[in-house]
Amino acid sequence: MSTSFQQGINVLKKVIDAPIAAYFSSCTSCGLCAQACIFYTETGNPKYTPIRRVEPMRRIWEQEFTLVGKAKKLLGLSKPVTGQDLKDNVELAFESCTTCGRCTMVCPVGNDIVYMIRRMREGLTAAGLAPKSLQAAAVRTLEKGSVMGFPLKTLEAMIQAAEKETGIKINIDEPNVDYLLLLSSAEVMQFNEIIGALAQIFKEAGVSWTFSSDAYEAGNPGMHMGASEIEAQMINRIVKAAEQLHIKNVISPECGHAYMAIRWEGPNVIGRPYPFKVFHIIEVLDNLRKEGRLKTTGLESERITFHDPCQAARRGGVNQPQRNLLNMVTSNFIEMTDNQSCNWCCGGGGGMNTIESAEPLVKKVFNRKKKQIDELDVTTVVTMCATCRNTLEEGIEENNMNIEVMGLTELLANHLLKEKKS
Amino acid sequence: MNEIELLNWARGPGLAYATAIMFFGLSIRVIEILSLGRPEELAEVRDSGVRDGWLMILKRSLPEVRHWKYITASYIFHIGLLVVIFFFIPHTHLFRDVFGIFWGGWPNYIIDFFTVLSIAGMLYTLVARFYDPARRILSKMSDYLAWLVTFLPLVTGYMAFHRLGLDYTTMLAVHILSVELLMIAIPISKLTHVVTFTMARWYTGSNQGRRGVRS
Repeated sequence: MSTSFQQGINVLKKVIDAPIAAYFSSCTSCGLCAQACIFYTETGNPKYTPIRRVEPMRRIWEQEFTLVGKAKKLLGLSKPVTGQDLKDNVELAFESCTTCGRCTMVCPVGNDIVYMIRRMREGLTAAGLAPKSLQAAAVRTLEKGSVMGFPLKTLEAMIQAAEKETGIKINIDEPNVDYLLLLSSAEVMQFNEIIGALAQIFKEAGVSWTFSSDAYEAGNPGMHMGASEIEAQMINRIVKAAEQLHIKNVISPECGHAYMAIRWEGPNVIGRPYPFKVFHIIEVLDNLRKEGRLKTTGLESERITFHDPCQAARRGGVNQPQRNLLNMVTSNFIEMTDNQSCNWCCGGGGGMNTIESAEPLVKKVFNRKKKQIDELDVTTVVTMCATCRNTLEEGIEENNMNIEVMGLTELLANHLLKEKKS
Repeated sequence: MNEIELLNWARGPGLAYATAIMFFGLSIRVIEILSLGRPEELAEVRDSGVRDGWLMILKRSLPEVRHWKYITASYIFHIGLLVVIFFFIPHTHLFRDVFGIFWGGWPNYIIDFFTVLSIAGMLYTLVARFYDPARRILSKMSDYLAWLVTFLPLVTGYMAFHRLGLDYTTMLAVHILSVELLMIAIPISKLTHVVTFTMARWYTGSNQGRRGVRS
């Protein structure tokens, strides 16, 4: 993809739509968005005020799409956006924002600031300014099939290990089954117990499912970059696989941004509706619970809390299923003070955990999550996103907190009621 | 031009021009926004989003209690301003004469109370722009000007009512002129939000509703 400053400006002009124009028209610089942003609350640095992250875009909007702005431009009262302005914006749009969208929940005029930051990223990427580590992750996904760059063989080895452990055969490229399961790289490399866990849950529930050898990675660095062409290529890989295998339901794994990419953005970036449905794994499990096909035994008696991943819960609308499932297997589930749509971000999403230069900041802003967890006096934090899980584990270790972190699927598998079937 | 002539101009042609500019300007702003269009949603939605669009327009007006320190002054100022504009008896007569609708005004002592409350709220928001780091870094000259043109009608109205400063006729003329300045500023400044906040909330609320996110 060829890039240049002018292309960046052209993309920014192209992505400004009616919602963005309404947002810029309505912002009164009240600064409330800062109060909702971990990067401001945990550092006290006002440069991280969310609406500031899209200032170059605001100037382009004003100069190109408003009569007043055009008049100001003619009179020489406004400065055009320069290459340096875009370069300076990289830190704010990419390196200190997880696109968690908490700011959107408090804006008095209702501005969806993350909607704008995502478009800002598109402009910066078109100008060739996307962080190198994100670009590298995108290249790995396109060339090798996964965000972390592991080949199909690695997944196959994990599948074999899970088969050996559970005694259940796991399908690859099986057509006409109920579900196509996608995973995130972190699940394959770090949290691969999920494969065996799901194999057992699905067997007990009588669900038929498969992996695809062409599309097993749900992670989408193209989305974080704001590179819609790359994002679309990754989505198309999944769409093609599901179509070839005649599968009507695709499962997005325990990964917030993967869900956002495949469930909500996918059809829009490829330009057509899907011929299949997409569910977050937790939605699938909750549906099985409703149908009486997911049966568990025993309750965790320890104090357990849940961390809602931004992209699945606040931005993606999956808020209740995880609570239904938690109530099945815990007797002492405690909500965080701010939860669901108002939960505080772990600090590692939106590509932040991929961007090396952002590491010290990710560690610093974890302080908010630490405070949230500390006040609950819990033993375990459960979540449903591999990136959150990773960030939580690292933050908890860094801060010497004595807390266990678990994926919700894994917790359910631990309590799965296994009925003997012939 | 003596003070009587000034008052007559302000009440007559001045008000007509300002009203025309405000409505014409706001129409342009709304058209500017709508003409950019909104991309079609191709993902399978959970809901049409209509309900949440409307809910967002209404519910986002409720105070975000967890940030009460940050928002109280703005709430007081907005509520006070609306009360003063729409329920001061002479104002209601003006609306009756122009639009033909009369809803009755509130006693002067109530209006006086809300005027003082609004002025205090506005002064606080100005101070907050200086001492709150996030507001300070966001604030441009245009933000301070927008504040000023909103503040002037409140103060001049209060002064005219209490016969403070200039003679009554001149003060009333100055008050009306300051309102006209505000009306002209609305479509060319951030004060446009008086109309476009409904659009911003609609877009966000309906988008969230489609995804099953509570507004």
